[in-house]
Amino acid sequence: MKAPIAWLFIGAFIAVSATFLVAPTVMLAIQAFSDDDGWTFQYLLDLQQYRYWVAFQHSLQLSVASATVGVVAGALIAFAMLKSATPRWLNQAVTSFSAVAANFAGVPLAFAFVSTIGSLGLLTNLLKRAGIDLYGMGFSLFSITGLTVVYSYFQIPLMVIVITPAIQALRPAWREAAENLGASGGEYWRHVGLPVLAPSLLAGWILLFGSAFSAYATAYALTSGNIGLVTTEIANVLSGNVASEPQIGAALSVGMIVVMVAVLGLSTWLTKRASRWVKQV
Amino acid sequence: MSDRLGFGGWMILTLAFVFFSVPLGMSAAFSFWEGGDRYGFAAYRWLAASPDLGNALWLSVQLALATVVSLVVLLVPAMIFMNLYAPKLRPLFEFIAALPFVIPAIALVAGLTELFSGEQWGWLKETPFFLVIPYFFLALPYVYRALDVGLQSIDLTTLTEAGQSLGADMRQIIGLVVLPSLRSALVGSMLLTLAVVVGEFTFANVLLFRTYAVFINQIGQHEATAAAALSFASFLATWAAMLIVLIAGSRKKGER
Amino acid sequence: MATVTVEQVRKSFAGREVLAKLDLVMSEGELVCLLGPSGCGKTTLLRIIAGFISPDAGSVVVAGTNVTHLSPRARRMGMVFQSYSLFPNMTAVENVKFGPRVAGRPKAEQDSRAKELLDLVGLSQHGSKYPHQLSGGQQQRVALARALAVQPQVLLLDEPLSALDAKVRVQLRDEIRRIQRETGVTTVLVTHDQEEALSISDRVAVMNAGRLLQVASPAAIYRDPADGFVARFIGAGAVLPGMAEGQTVRMGALVLPAWAAANHANGAKVELLLRPEVVTFSALDGDVPPGGVAGEVRESVFLGALTRLRMSVAAVPELSIWSDLPSEEAEALKIGRRVVASWDPARPRVVAA
Ligand SMILES: Nc1ncnc2c1ncn2[C@@H]1O[C@H](COP(=O)(O)OP(=O)(O)O)[C@@H](O)[C@H]1O
Ligand SMILES: [Mg+2]
Repeated sequence: MKAPIAWLFIGAFIAVSATFLVAPTVMLAIQAFSDDDGWTFQYLLDLQQYRYWVAFQHSLQLSVASATVGVVAGALIAFAMLKSATPRWLNQAVTSFSAVAANFAGVPLAFAFVSTIGSLGLLTNLLKRAGIDLYGMGFSLFSITGLTVVYSYFQIPLMVIVITPAIQALRPAWREAAENLGASGGEYWRHVGLPVLAPSLLAGWILLFGSAFSAYATAYALTSGNIGLVTTEIANVLSGNVASEPQIGAALSVGMIVVMVAVLGLSTWLTKRASRWVKQV
Repeated sequence: MSDRLGFGGWMILTLAFVFFSVPLGMSAAFSFWEGGDRYGFAAYRWLAASPDLGNALWLSVQLALATVVSLVVLLVPAMIFMNLYAPKLRPLFEFIAALPFVIPAIALVAGLTELFSGEQWGWLKETPFFLVIPYFFLALPYVYRALDVGLQSIDLTTLTEAGQSLGADMRQIIGLVVLPSLRSALVGSMLLTLAVVVGEFTFANVLLFRTYAVFINQIGQHEATAAAALSFASFLATWAAMLIVLIAGSRKKGER
Repeated sequence: MATVTVEQVRKSFAGREVLAKLDLVMSEGELVCLLGPSGCGKTTLLRIIAGFISPDAGSVVVAGTNVTHLSPRARRMGMVFQSYSLFPNMTAVENVKFGPRVAGRPKAEQDSRAKELLDLVGLSQHGSKYPHQLSGGQQQRVALARALAVQPQVLLLDEPLSALDAKVRVQLRDEIRRIQRETGVTTVLVTHDQEEALSISDRVAVMNAGRLLQVASPAAIYRDPADGFVARFIGAGAVLPGMAEGQTVRMGALVLPAWAAANHANGAKVELLLRPEVVTFSALDGDVPPGGVAGEVRESVFLGALTRLRMSVAAVPELSIWSDLPSEEAEALKIGRRVVASWDPARPRVVAA
């Protein structure tokens, strides 16, 4: 080949990825299926223990709920802001705020919500004085519902960012043609608007699901690891906070990867079905 | 079916405004609370006086810069050369860039911990720069995406042939054609990397390094107003970082 | 099929008048082209007829019914847009079926209607393709079939050919005309291309700056333009400003024979229209014959049987006059040759300036 230096760089990138990304993952898989005496399925079976089972349930509930809220609310907001009659300043405000809020996750986000609707938060107190006792009504920031509210704070803006180009690509001529052919607004959305957006909505949902499923910082800062999510359970094992064998952490990690691969596979399949009409490049 | 915002549209945007402004406003207000009905900058003064804040922040900045350097050295040239000489490897690159999405950060930490569990790796796990490894992969997907868009937007093959027919060698083509067209993608994604790494918590917390985010969490657990102050300040800092990214991005449009 | 009457329609955008009290009457089955420069308000007028824009004043009446305040859905008009208006998520057949489908027609009727229309536009082989798998011309055919599938009272086309390349354009243009004749649907076609307008319309409506300047058959528009703008916009040739003086038009020292000048008061400002086919150039070696205009050949464009020559007038060099000559004759008149332009004074038109 003409440029050995080129191969040096390409090779280095592949080698680094293999060593520090692929190899650790493979190690996890091996670790999850082996103990001192050789191969075993014991640790995988251990995941059936109530504690881990619940963690997976929580993680899935939280990810599905926050991704769905994010997709719906994000798409509605993007849609409202992109209407041609919406003032430009409003459009720009939404766009730039979304860029910020989508990256405002983790510890600071958790604290912002604690100071607002934590059990001693400012809003909680204000509402209590107004006669509405949030926590008395069964709400808790430190529950799956509470976490969903907090996660929505970065999920919704993320969706706004992701879906904006797709909504902009909806041609006004499609809507006018539909109207001209006798379709109502609802019929336009059912037959044209939503089907055309479907691949982007699906892609957005999967991105949001992934970001919620692997999120750790926000949940940890809010609950100090007391609400069992898969990520916090793994962290507990790793930092030795619980008396579990390290193999359990590996098995949990493998479980997460399996879930992600399954969800990704499912969404790829759905996307393929929903985008038969898209030009393949 | 109209272009007007309508009642529904205003409702949506108003609800969104409330949802997104209340936590910010409340934590800002809370951060000025000095107990009773006294308000002031006590929380901020307390933070500024804390020597640990500076140390933690400095460590995070160093890690962020190291991550950026590693991306510039390892990823950027590999992508350019792959596009120029080995487009067949594109699916492999795409696969690698998608992996961090499938492998959650916490799982990667678990894997790295296991991989480097032996005694002989002690030195590696002692240094905080061990974190640069996971950070590299944390940033990989979106840096890859941004650069890929940049590289696709120029027709590399045609440009290269045009350049060669004008007598330019490969080094000149990369320096004069490819890199300038990647500049805004590079600047934008590297700034984003800086912001993300400075705010990163998962790896540092599990691997027990005292970075900025870990520090915030620690004081936040017992100094509520200081935590509110920090989260408000972090929001402003994120805003500043994104503003720079947006400006870098819009410069690109102006150039074309 | 229906008559269409546009009455006293006015429209302003942000205080700027885009249509000024415009009237247009179309008879059943007629094809009228709205022709005019870009920005003159053609699309606005078409969209007012379709119901996407409501006029500030005036009305649109279709087949005796005032539809001014009806929504586009209720108007039964088929519309073809400039490009890319096919629903990308539907095949050609599904696109054509869309109208009957949302109207709740029985499945069998939807199918037979779609098949019939795809046959009509010559695309029966391509029914199951998605828009991105069709060429630009094919997409516009599908769009036409889709618009016709609702059996519209009126067909509206907004520059349907402008995104296509020249050859396809001419083909599809002729086909639109054929289909329009076969279906007999009253049709408004917007274009800024005079050749397109002249070749397919029953009548051409020439617009400028929100006004209709002339509505007439292509031949009448060409032969008898209502004013200098129409004369310049349609066809080739020189439009020379001057002053009526008996049976001539005076331009400074030049006196140009044109009997039609007698229709204007002496001293009135007029414009003389000299089409290339009216003017003859001949080689000039001696004096200028009476009624002729001396000049020098500047340009020669071979058009096949004819060659179009341009000369600049000796007395006023910025002025050009064109002449179409049989190519054999034109050959002798090389660029730079001194020539005299002459014409039958009965033929040129004279319009008020
Ligand atoms: N929605 C609108 N808002 C403001 N101005 C408009 C709008 N639509 C058209 N115009 C203006 O009205 C004029 C006529 O436009 P249009 O009817 O599209 O012209 P044409 O189709 O003849 O090119 C143009 O100057 C255009 O800028
Ligand atoms: Mg137009």
